[in-house]
Amino acid sequence: MAKKKFVVGCFDDEAALFPAVKKVRTAGYKIHDVYTPFAVHGLDHAMGLRETSLHTAGFIYGITGTSTALSCISWIFTKDWPLNIGGKPHFALPAWIPIMFELTVLFAAVGMVLTFLYICQLGPFVKKHHFHARATDDLFVMVIECTDQTNVDDLRGFLSSNGAIETDCQIAEEGWWIGKYDNDDMPFENKQIVVA
Amino acid sequence: MHLKYESQLREPLVYGDKTYKQVTEDIVRPIEAKPTKLWYVGFYIAVALLMFGVYSVYREVTYGIGQWNLNKTVGWGWDITNFVWWVGIGHAGTLISAILLLFRQGWRTGVNRAAEAMTIFAVMCAGQFPIFHMGRVWMAFFVLPYPNTRGPLWVNFNSPLLWDVFAISTYFTVSLLFWYSGLIPDFATVRDRAFTKLRKKLYGVASFGWTGSTKHWQRHESLSLVLAGLSTPLVLSVHTIVSFDFATSVIPGWHTTIFPPYFVAGAIFSGFAMVQTLMIIVRKVFGMEDYVTIGHIEAMNKVIVLTGSIVGIAYLTELFMGWYSQNKYEGYTFWYSRAYLFSPYGWSYWGMMACNVLSPQIFWFRKMRRNIFVTFFMSIIVNIGMWFERFVIIVTSLYRDYLPSSWSVYYSPTIWEMGFYAGTFGLFFTCFFLFAKYFPVIAIAEIKYVLKTTGEGYKNQMAGIEEQPLEDFVHQHAH
Repeated sequence: MAKKKFVVGCFDDEAALFPAVKKVRTAGYKIHDVYTPFAVHGLDHAMGLRETSLHTAGFIYGITGTSTALSCISWIFTKDWPLNIGGKPHFALPAWIPIMFELTVLFAAVGMVLTFLYICQLGPFVKKHHFHARATDDLFVMVIECTDQTNVDDLRGFLSSNGAIETDCQIAEEGWWIGKYDNDDMPFENKQIVVA
Repeated sequence: MHLKYESQLREPLVYGDKTYKQVTEDIVRPIEAKPTKLWYVGFYIAVALLMFGVYSVYREVTYGIGQWNLNKTVGWGWDITNFVWWVGIGHAGTLISAILLLFRQGWRTGVNRAAEAMTIFAVMCAGQFPIFHMGRVWMAFFVLPYPNTRGPLWVNFNSPLLWDVFAISTYFTVSLLFWYSGLIPDFATVRDRAFTKLRKKLYGVASFGWTGSTKHWQRHESLSLVLAGLSTPLVLSVHTIVSFDFATSVIPGWHTTIFPPYFVAGAIFSGFAMVQTLMIIVRKVFGMEDYVTIGHIEAMNKVIVLTGSIVGIAYLTELFMGWYSQNKYEGYTFWYSRAYLFSPYGWSYWGMMACNVLSPQIFWFRKMRRNIFVTFFMSIIVNIGMWFERFVIIVTSLYRDYLPSSWSVYYSPTIWEMGFYAGTFGLFFTCFFLFAKYFPVIAIAEIKYVLKTTGEGYKNQMAGIEEQPLEDFVHQHAH
């Protein structure tokens, strides 16, 4: 995968992050991504990301589950092996509702989680570049993709003046690969631990 | 300072003036520290119990169901009692993580992770009982509908026992997915703080390469919300279906239409009690009193007194119907086998009444709801009471059936039946000890999300807002 140049700005408060995102976008820079330790509501809108359609996928998986259950059970109980249960009708729809419901939920949940992992490219042994180790702790890390025209120093100054407490320029591979995290920097190495 | 306003009338959910960094440090500390002696003691006791359970199960598999004192009249005894009890325990986890998410109850964030873990371990324990009750456990896969060489002979899709197979396995799968998808970001937090290569590697694998990208968070939020929306009817359906195991039969004492809501209320009741037991220990041992506050405990006690009272009404309704139906068999079961103190199993009925209906009423008093010792004691009492409830429903309905010649001699369990139950406790606590040591027991990212709304330090900064004129408030905070 191609390596690209990125300018990284770290913010320690989401209150500073929102105006900065707005200014960076107005200035015409392309925000590669913002990495946050938790879901910051409204940030996706501020960055101009479109709504996710994951729930639509969930609905489709759900009705797949319903129809799988209904079609399988009705074929088995009316065509393949009709059982006489106390002379009751073979097509006993009310008695099948529990299983139809359970399969709806099962298909929707499993399908959505797998879809989520696939579209986010997440999985065991998947490795991605981390622009800042504290992005999962307490920093909001804005990453801007550089083009040939980008003046890195100007951009870093621009981010600092908009509240970034730390800026950086990194050459990184975007996307994911199979790898391990154990060769990464370990900023907390050899720290003293207080026993709880 | 970026503040999201919340009324001062609401208690803070996170005590102390915390920053995001402190939240991470506080919650990750037990994972990064060496386990204490107390942890080892608890863990080994749990493993010992588990070993005893494994041996009990070995006896049962080798010699058959006769190892348990079940007989032709009391065909379901401790095993199915324990099954229903464990499934019920599990329900509080889903209630906290899913239903309270839909109702936007902020206090769920402190306890949801541990409660979901409890759900998963409880369902694992529950599943053992019907599986080993089959006797020939190596044929357990016969309950799955698949094209086979025996006809193909299919399972009976009209049977509540088969609905149970689907309900419990779906419940386990969905709870596991919900729990794990919430854990991914927190594992990433632990991974990025790792101080040995092995930790970095293991938590790197567990965190699935999570980076915290905004797009991923957006999808993650959508996923959590839909999974919560799916889990809510699911959790109600699971205990409804468990109650159908009884309610669709023609046994007096089981053949009742109120079973589904009655079972669901009972499940939530016992589940919350188990959450209380576990969280009171966890917050003390790991020093997490700032995150699992007395306010959390009070909120759960309110749920306990509500659901306990619902269960109480169900007991009284059953007695009323036993008389009102003028059905001799119903009347005999409810008024003699159960409610008459000096009948063979009368003690279990009154034990149930005392533990489930009378004693939780002390939670009408605020002082009692906020008292940790009372809460801990009550949580144990409620769990004993709910075990009695399942025992009462199963055994007192079965031991004297329509034909007096087949009335059972007094049913009491064997040591191996009890050992199996003890073994599931071992399994549950072995899993829970490992969870408490290696997993973030509180959802780090979710606490950070509510921190600036409901953290004590931030609320104090908001105090002045209450006195502001409305126009100023709107001007400053509306967007």
